[in-house]
Amino acid sequence: MSKRIVIVGGGLAGTIVANGLCRQLGRELASGEVAITMLGDSDRHLYQPGLLYIPFGRMRETELFREQRKVLNHRVTFHVDPATHVDVETKQVKTASGKSHGYDYLVLATGSRLVPEEVPGMAEGAHWFYDLDGARKMREALNAFTGGNIVVNVNVPHKCPVAPLEVTFMLHDFLTERGLMDGTTITYTYPIGRLHALEPVAEWAQPEMDRLGIKYETFFNTESVDPQKKTVTSVEGTTLPYDLLVTIPPHKGAAVIEDSGLGKGGWVPTNKQTLHREGSTDVFVVGDTTNIPISKAGSTAHFEADTLVDNLVSLLKEGRMARDYDGKVFCFLETGLSTGTYVWFNYRTPPKPVPPSKMVHWFKLSYNRMYWLSARGLM
Amino acid sequence: MPEREVVDARGMPCPGPLISLITALKGLAVGDEVEVLSSDRGSNKDIPTWLNKAGHELVTVETFPDHCRFVAKKLR
Repeated sequence: MSKRIVIVGGGLAGTIVANGLCRQLGRELASGEVAITMLGDSDRHLYQPGLLYIPFGRMRETELFREQRKVLNHRVTFHVDPATHVDVETKQVKTASGKSHGYDYLVLATGSRLVPEEVPGMAEGAHWFYDLDGARKMREALNAFTGGNIVVNVNVPHKCPVAPLEVTFMLHDFLTERGLMDGTTITYTYPIGRLHALEPVAEWAQPEMDRLGIKYETFFNTESVDPQKKTVTSVEGTTLPYDLLVTIPPHKGAAVIEDSGLGKGGWVPTNKQTLHREGSTDVFVVGDTTNIPISKAGSTAHFEADTLVDNLVSLLKEGRMARDYDGKVFCFLETGLSTGTYVWFNYRTPPKPVPPSKMVHWFKLSYNRMYWLSARGLM
Repeated sequence: MPEREVVDARGMPCPGPLISLITALKGLAVGDEVEVLSSDRGSNKDIPTWLNKAGHELVTVETFPDHCRFVAKKLR
């Protein structure tokens, strides 16, 4: 009887898991001892970090996509048929087409989604770059911008935790290049009492913003946006006028997770070392889907997926887990249009940004191309 | 009768406990209270500062070996 692995979700985390398993289980897959099925919601794979560059004209839309079938190892059975219900008792996943997939091991990689509609007026009055449609609209708005107040408005929870800082610094450089910065004020808002959840990053960002003349407003939890008056108001009672509102909308996990009773807000309670769903030994959770209190980022998904591949292969071949996930995260951080820095950290080591340099920026640009090797499980 | 909602945010890193408090207060009426349990050291500064800025009352703070207990009252 074949061991059936079902992967729910075709984003970065699910794709690395699928391809990584194929690289280590070639013989078992060829003989039929193991079968891998992925249930995704799109036939295209999106390089999400590239969206940051779209509003600034620094990446082409076509560079962001590959056919998911071509990114996946040919031994993965791939269905564009999103899961609608997961039953961890009967070990069945139901899909939108009405099919049911049984599993021996389940990988939940359902990711996160934007919910700007949860803040009154945000969907109508704000721009964002966290999805392609939003990035296109923000590109148009930036091209039409001739000066005034820009508010970069950060809401939580959100993925890619350094992207709000990146877009702020990139806006500064973009508008400076266009000769518009003299007539522009950029104000960055953040929900807690500093500029970033990671204290060392906040300590680095504040003097950078001071140096560049970027204003900031902390303890700003967005209550509403008024698209007519062009104001954004916080629950703390602060109202900021804007000519261009760039928001990081709040996120939720996938609806199928909540609908299946697997986690409030779409985040699945997950053991931070083993990546097991709490209460299950045959259900693993990876990427944004976990409720692990670390950054929801592509690199988090990548390093979790690497751990998960080793553990699943070890379980199938030796009946034991191989290793723990150590909380590793690595994020590039663009500090403008031509310099960058990076942070890495894990459960025991806090982040420490290095001085920005052109070299790190170039490396990030290189990684934008090398990503496809990561997704294929080659890097 | 005023309500009191309990938020057990122990184990959550920053900004989890503060955001949980803000979310809980949004759903309550003026006069209701939220009790937050937090093991994040940053909450000792963040929660009182935020309550002061947002115009709500910090009713009590209790410190235990592994966490703090904050009680906040919604004033507006």
